Amino acid sequence: MSFDPLNLAAILGMAVVTYLTRIAGLALADRLTLSPRAQAAFDAIPPAVLIAVIAPSALATGWPETIAAAITALAATRLPLLGVVAVGVASVVALRMVA
Amino acid sequence: MSVCDDARLGFSDIWPAMIAAMPFGLLFGALAAGKGLSPLEVFAMSALVFAGGAQFAAVEMWASPTPVLALIFSTLLINSRHVLMSASLAPKLGGFSTGQKLAGLYYMADENWALAEKRARLRALTPAYWFGMIVPFVAGWLAMSMVGALVGAALGDPRRFGADFAFTAIFIALTAAFWKGRVTAWTVAAAGIASALTYKLAGPPWHVLAGALSGLAAAWIAAGAEPHRTAATEAER
Repeated sequence: MSFDPLNLAAILGMAVVTYLTRIAGLALADRLTLSPRAQAAFDAIPPAVLIAVIAPSALATGWPETIAAAITALAATRLPLLGVVAVGVASVVALRMVA
Repeated sequence: MSVCDDARLGFSDIWPAMIAAMPFGLLFGALAAGKGLSPLEVFAMSALVFAGGAQFAAVEMWASPTPVLALIFSTLLINSRHVLMSASLAPKLGGFSTGQKLAGLYYMADENWALAEKRARLRALTPAYWFGMIVPFVAGWLAMSMVGALVGAALGDPRRFGADFAFTAIFIALTAAFWKGRVTAWTVAAAGIASALTYKLAGPPWHVLAGALSGLAAAWIAAGAEPHRTAATEAER
């Protein structure tokens, strides 16, 4: 068990830039006075980021994943979080067997 | 509500996401060990960086000699979304001291951030709730990536159990919690299409940035095309 100096440098660099992105909002948010339109864009940050992260897995992997994502979205309108995950995972396993 | 109850509430909200992240922690540790990272290095990365997507991308890129600058740049790009996330969360941290903000945000991730946003829509976000979420969430990620690094490739392919789809399902469920009608529908459509296209054409990590910015642009346009709703929303404030 040891640290390679280059690996350590990479890990520390990754940690620093990640922390900076996490606290940058503290400095930004005080300076923002938002128009209603900008407020709508700001409110859209959560869904925009969440969907951007998962879109390749949902849309660009294969048809079983795309259909499972649609089923999951439907489940999300009626079930609690863990139920949605169960439905999503079960449907992707079933659809991959068919595929 | 007492601090203890509030911390317990944080735990009861985070645990499904914590369980969903566990197979990924194992997988991350196993992949990193496969690339020649020592268990100590795996632990350090999970503890100091704590960003699943960026960590997977980094392990994918890891080579000998270590491409230090490329790894840092990829991490910065993938985590650039945190700037928007923390800017959105910052006004809701009124009950936090400066130290609690600086320490708490160190472990802001997609899941605990989304749950905190959801909580802030109903009730004030408290340090007890926040740390009640992140302490077990971080501990789970650390433990699982360590086990993964030690056990290595014996785990097998998580796709067999559909475990790789758990994150997708969780993020879809969280998106539904932020639904605000037509503007959200345009946001989701634009973010999804832009992200998937960018992923195909340019590859990761650009899809996150392109998708998030397209979603914001779509919300901006959709909100402007709807003057009555905006006026009504303003009147309520």
